[in-house]
Amino acid sequence: MEQTISALSAMIAPALLIPALPLLGFILISLFGKKLGHLSGWIGSLMILGSFVSSLVLFNGIGSEGKLNFDLYEWIKFAGTSLSFGFLVDQLTLVMLLFITGIGFFIHLYSIGYMHDDEGFARFFSYLNLFVFFMLLLVMGNSYLVMFIGWEGVGLCSYLLIGFWHKNPAYNDAAKKAFVMNRIGDLGFLLAMFLLLFYFGGLDFDTVNNAAMSMEKGSGLLILTTLLLFVGASGKSAQLPLYTWLPDAMAGPTPVSALIHAATMVTAGIYMVSRSNILFIQAPPTLDVILWIGIATSVFAAVIGIKQNDIKKILAYSTVSQLGMMFAALGLGAFESGMFHVVTHAFFKALLFLGAGSVIHAMGGEQDIRKMGGLLKFTKITGFTFLIGSLAISGIPPFAGFFSKDEILANAFEGNKVAWILLSLSSMVTAFYMFRLVFLTFFGSFRGTEEQRHHLHESPITITLPLMVLAVLSVIGGFIGLPAVFSDTHTFRSFLNPVFEQGHTLVAEHAHPSHATEWMLMGIATIAAFVSIGFAWTMYMKNKTLPEPDEQLSGFSKVVANKFYVDELYDKLIVNPIKVLSDLFLVLFDKLIIDLIVNLSAILVDVTGRTYRLIQTGNTGFYVFAMVISMVLFLLFQIVL
Amino acid sequence: MLSLELLFIPLFASLLILFAKGKAARALALVFTLIQLLVTGYAYTIFKANGGAAFEFTQAWVKSPVINIHFGVDGISLLMVMLTNLLLPLIVLSGFNRETKRPHIFYALMLFMQFALNGVFLSMDAFVYYIFWELALIPIYFIAFNWGDENRGKVTIKFFIYTLVGSLLMLFGFVFLYLSSPQHSLDWNTLTQFKTCSCNQTWLFWLLFAAFAIKIPIFPFHTWQPDTYKSAPTQGTMLLSGIMLKMGTYSLIKWLLPIVPDGFKEWQAVVITLSVIGIVYASIIAIMQTDLKRLFAYSSIAHVGLIAAGVFSFTQQGLQGSLAQMFAHGINVVGLFFCADIILSRTGTLQISNLGGIRNQNRLFSSLFLIVVLGSVALPLTNGFIGEFLLLYGVFEYNTWLSVFAGLTIILGAVYMLRMFQNVMSGPDSEHISSFPPLHWNEKLVLILIGGLIILTGVFPAPILELTQPAIDNLLK
Repeated sequence: MEQTISALSAMIAPALLIPALPLLGFILISLFGKKLGHLSGWIGSLMILGSFVSSLVLFNGIGSEGKLNFDLYEWIKFAGTSLSFGFLVDQLTLVMLLFITGIGFFIHLYSIGYMHDDEGFARFFSYLNLFVFFMLLLVMGNSYLVMFIGWEGVGLCSYLLIGFWHKNPAYNDAAKKAFVMNRIGDLGFLLAMFLLLFYFGGLDFDTVNNAAMSMEKGSGLLILTTLLLFVGASGKSAQLPLYTWLPDAMAGPTPVSALIHAATMVTAGIYMVSRSNILFIQAPPTLDVILWIGIATSVFAAVIGIKQNDIKKILAYSTVSQLGMMFAALGLGAFESGMFHVVTHAFFKALLFLGAGSVIHAMGGEQDIRKMGGLLKFTKITGFTFLIGSLAISGIPPFAGFFSKDEILANAFEGNKVAWILLSLSSMVTAFYMFRLVFLTFFGSFRGTEEQRHHLHESPITITLPLMVLAVLSVIGGFIGLPAVFSDTHTFRSFLNPVFEQGHTLVAEHAHPSHATEWMLMGIATIAAFVSIGFAWTMYMKNKTLPEPDEQLSGFSKVVANKFYVDELYDKLIVNPIKVLSDLFLVLFDKLIIDLIVNLSAILVDVTGRTYRLIQTGNTGFYVFAMVISMVLFLLFQIVL
Repeated sequence: MLSLELLFIPLFASLLILFAKGKAARALALVFTLIQLLVTGYAYTIFKANGGAAFEFTQAWVKSPVINIHFGVDGISLLMVMLTNLLLPLIVLSGFNRETKRPHIFYALMLFMQFALNGVFLSMDAFVYYIFWELALIPIYFIAFNWGDENRGKVTIKFFIYTLVGSLLMLFGFVFLYLSSPQHSLDWNTLTQFKTCSCNQTWLFWLLFAAFAIKIPIFPFHTWQPDTYKSAPTQGTMLLSGIMLKMGTYSLIKWLLPIVPDGFKEWQAVVITLSVIGIVYASIIAIMQTDLKRLFAYSSIAHVGLIAAGVFSFTQQGLQGSLAQMFAHGINVVGLFFCADIILSRTGTLQISNLGGIRNQNRLFSSLFLIVVLGSVALPLTNGFIGEFLLLYGVFEYNTWLSVFAGLTIILGAVYMLRMFQNVMSGPDSEHISSFPPLHWNEKLVLILIGGLIILTGVFPAPILELTQPAIDNLLK
């Protein structure tokens, strides 16, 4: 351990630079944003590019073996416990660093064009840089506590960016909802930290892992701790039942949806569980919970996705659904596969969101796909790259999503057939609603107004360049993890091996599927995806069906279109009772009961005073009389006793 | 001897200001509070945290009963002295662009208040401590009564009598202690070193606790507080919420825990439960408050509830957390009430439903206000997080389920604070606000200092924790 530190000490400076640059960007832009004007966009982007370069340096220096772990200073000290502010860079961190800063840079670049005319241009970039800073802290922390700083920090930035256009009350509601729902998860995280601190002896990953290794597998403590951590993860990564904030979060500017609510922040939960893989492997019942919540979320969100008509909402539900799939992978113990999907998903989902942004830009702010159509003619780059993203998410070979999804499905097939069927179903639904979106938006005839048609145009290069880069990544990104039938080495898995090998020693090695099975699974998945796409084609291209206007919905479609009324249910069950309780507490307890008792004592004094005042007559004769009587009574009292 | 200087400076300043006219009064007040801050800073630099008392001063006063004038500080009381003397210049400065009637009396009272507060935290003899405790009530009473809003009469009387009842009970407690102890001394060292009373400590506990609980206030002794915070002039509310309530929480640690340890342990479960109920109760009420100052008042009840729970968890981290949070809460709550005052002075209203859209008009104010809000909802890297983390961990160690319940504060706190921030600062421009003039230089300075402190002590809390640790180790022995 000591040796690795000294050998890698040259890496400390670039490691510190990674979060420091975005922080510097945030400070510079917040202080001088007004003077900098549009320069702040470039400054913000350059900072992230700097972090990306530093990440490459680190990638090169640490490679597939090393591990950089160092403390900056002691943050909180009490009772012999010292909680440090420290960093850990291993292979898992490197993967996260590379795609956060890489994709982050392109999304910054994109935002320069996208937010060009917004009066809050500089403010936007300051928040965006702050977000990247916290996101980097989250993945670079060497303890749960530092991770928690990043964890809550990205929540704050998410809050600020969802409510970026803060004149709109609905957007503010969405922002607040996101923060509060995340806080519910964070309470779980916090309580898990207390358990770790108290029973595992610390919060840094090494201490926790060593303690967990020596504990009895499946003990109540391990199960409770991991379940609480998962509560945190399900808040941040929008799983049932804490997912409802993510679709609303689409109120934020589109680059935000791409960066925060698709590619990076929402995958923090998957990162956290993967980071804690030893803990979770030691608690098999929790893994089961994760598996089934992941599957349920995946299917549930995919079904809702079918009936949405807002281009960003469709993508949002698809994100929830894909995150569910990643959790399912974690639940199966296939941490590498979950992380693999995190990476490919970051490529194609960022691409899809940025593409959606370009479409919205071209449509002059319109987000309803019922009013689009035939856009491919007008926005060729956007259209083709969007198509690539859709093929990737639908799992069509050889696009990136195919390989990562295939891995998850193969693991499910080996682990639990029901899980495999449900996840395959979710994939099919995904392919269907994605191509429903593609056909309705880019094909057919234009259904918008004449004015919109007149303004239809391809976006500028700062917008299309990121689209093209991400499209390339969505095509080739999957090749880092080729299945065994194509290649003997799974680059991605073997790279992450140092992070997960210890965990894998704790479980009995289950057999890898034979090549024949693998071929079969891939075949089924591919055919299923094509069938779904064909189905979408028949409906929306051949029969030219249009989604009905909201008021014509009925029966089950209406329920689905209204997202199963979950928001309304939460309002009825939780929000409204709290409001009633609030009034009740104030009026009944504070004002009536407690204050009455307080005031009663005052009234008592008042009444006593008024009563005794009657004796104070001012009549000397009466006083003398009272005095004599009293003296007699005192004497009698003395004699009797 | 430094103790005497810390008492003498504000007392002298208070008398001097009485003879000043108009603007000179507040200028003098600022100068003297700054001098006091410098002296406090000097005291901090030469203080060695070893658990014992420093800067001691002892002088026999009354022969029978034996009362000595005894001052001194340990880490715990020094932190409170620092908080007091740090906040005073900020509170004085916050009034620099406000018109105050009869400023010489106002600021003389404020400095007198500082004198009394320093006295409470410096006293090492229960009798002297009691005198300062009562002395602190007088200036704030006059400030609230003479400079408050239209309801001030009834509200101030209620506040005064309520706290006076508590003080009276405390006095009984001290008399009882004096009589029942073999040493016949009220010196803190004697009271804590020798088991003064082998009798049932229940009565003693409740006599002292009642006074502290009312001052803090702990649920259900809190009903004087929202009205008083609402009614008092903002600078008075800052004194009350920022510093004066810490007299109560400080006394729990300094005067209750070590002197009636058996009573403390006997009633630990009851009080910690009351405190946790208070957290949730006040948070839920805060959600639906329509008045900005009242909302902050209820949020304050929730926060101090957690502080009290931490103290009564009787764990190292609970006690450390309570002190860190007292320091943090002092800064944050002064920031919150100052923001409310800035809004009131520009819009003429504190009704949340009438406000909105201030962010569109004044971005700097909005950002600074947001930092205070974040400190208040305990975001990591702000001062509030350090306190809440340690406090909740303390409660957790005492009882897991109680910590889940107390932990609701991080959710409910976000709900009422963000709801407030959204309705007051965001949204479209309110028709009730014609314009929102830029911040005055003194307002800018105060808010920037508060924001800076929130982040600085959140990122580097070690000086605060190291200051108090040895004293707490001593308590827990």
